[in-house]
Amino acid sequence: MTTLLNVKDLRAYYGQVQALHGLSFSLNEGSLTTLLGANGAGKTTTLRAICNMVRSTGGIEFDGKPLNNRSTESIVRFGIAHVPQGRGTFTNMTVEENLQLGAITRKDSAGIVSDIERMYAHFPVLKQRHTQQAGTLSGGEQQMLAVARALMLRPRLMLLDEPSFGLAPLVVRDLFGILGKINREDKVSILVVEQNAQLALELADQAYVIETGRIVMSGNAKDIANNEEIRKSYLGY
Amino acid sequence: MELFTNQVLAGIATGAIYACMALAVVMIYQAIDHLNFAQGEMAMFSTFISWQLMQWGVSYWAAFVITLAFSFVAGIAIERILFKPLAKAPVLTNVAGFIALFAIINSSAGLIWDFTIKQYPTPFGSAPFLGSQLISTHQAGMIGVTVLLLLGLYFFFQYTRIGLAMRAAASVPESARLVGINTSWMIALGWGMATAIGSIAGMLIAPVVFLEPNMMGGVLIYGFAAAVLGGLSSPFGAVVGGFLVGVFENLAGTYIPGVGNELKLPIALALIISVLVVKPAGLFGRQIVKRV
Repeated sequence: MTTLLNVKDLRAYYGQVQALHGLSFSLNEGSLTTLLGANGAGKTTTLRAICNMVRSTGGIEFDGKPLNNRSTESIVRFGIAHVPQGRGTFTNMTVEENLQLGAITRKDSAGIVSDIERMYAHFPVLKQRHTQQAGTLSGGEQQMLAVARALMLRPRLMLLDEPSFGLAPLVVRDLFGILGKINREDKVSILVVEQNAQLALELADQAYVIETGRIVMSGNAKDIANNEEIRKSYLGY
Repeated sequence: MELFTNQVLAGIATGAIYACMALAVVMIYQAIDHLNFAQGEMAMFSTFISWQLMQWGVSYWAAFVITLAFSFVAGIAIERILFKPLAKAPVLTNVAGFIALFAIINSSAGLIWDFTIKQYPTPFGSAPFLGSQLISTHQAGMIGVTVLLLLGLYFFFQYTRIGLAMRAAASVPESARLVGINTSWMIALGWGMATAIGSIAGMLIAPVVFLEPNMMGGVLIYGFAAAVLGGLSSPFGAVVGGFLVGVFENLAGTYIPGVGNELKLPIALALIISVLVVKPAGLFGRQIVKRV
């Protein structure tokens, strides 16, 4: 298996405050990897550092090419789609415009049209609401829209920041089911940050556990889920 | 009744100009969250450029188009040179920047073309429009050009990819970057378009107020009043506000005793203050809620 994303000795700063203290991990092409940890451990910061949305040092390589010092918008063009915390919905635009924005860097208009239809097949509720202002959607629907918007890029890697946040358990099951399907069928590698460790470990194949800006545990998702000690001390279930 | 109709139509004609200025102000406000106090001076300078071209023998419409292109490029240049470096600066620094820009453009125009009042031609003529005494052909032309401009802008923002990208960059900049939009250039593009729209307003109003470096002072205040009335967060509101302010200004001048021509400008200021007190978001604006 080839390494798609390689992060080495990543340190990130908010002003004078250091949030990541030399964090290293890698992600294989086609894998579904999860980054677990408590509040404030640095999960979101890690994703933000990959897209250069926070000041950082260290090495970030995507498909062998360094991402450091590139602007956020140019990193997207490598095929990295980031679904931010809070979903980043364009609330005053329609659902369909949100999807078109996801594909704004693409030139193949026919492919975009067929991809919008594909998203409607994945998420039928979005089709029902395609002319509606995105801000009027429920939290779960907005999360589906955010995932669909990210997929419109035809990404090689999708970064998801707490997709389960604020959603009803049934909606979360649905969403995670779809993420697994996208990973298997569309061959999109996924890096998902979660607080809901139990659910994320069921879905993922690889897992890393972060504590105060460092990786403290890594391995096969099943092994970590089965290790009672890790579960109790780091994951809280 | 004829006086009333006449004043309303004349109000719509000047309102078209206010609508353009308000739209230019709102476009920049949406992009960088600051009011461009120099919008009027930029429009004035563009109008001088077109006048100079015509002095050199260029025909009206050729000068019009060249001026549009010049204004577009100049607007982008101003953003790149002056306001991009100020993007993260405090509000007052930006205000100082706008006032400096105002003074620089105003004085440069005075230096190049001096402060004497100049005649400015109209391509429409000033005969009664279609034989009616209610409105002149130039006023009808002002309305016509503005309506065409607004339709064009609506089409651009609603149905083109670049228009969609510009709207996205203005509404949620962080998400816009995450889908790969270069928001910094979208802001520059907004400046270029706003400057070009302002130049149209300048060229259309110049035959009425005559050409001189201070010609846009009053017009910009009406433009601000229109933008505030319609809502600074709504381009559509700015346009509606422009027409409303134009009509209101004329009716107040005609029917409220003691207002006349002299007190029209204070009326615009009174309007700004009343809207800010009663309905700060304006008629069509959204209430801005900041999470703290």
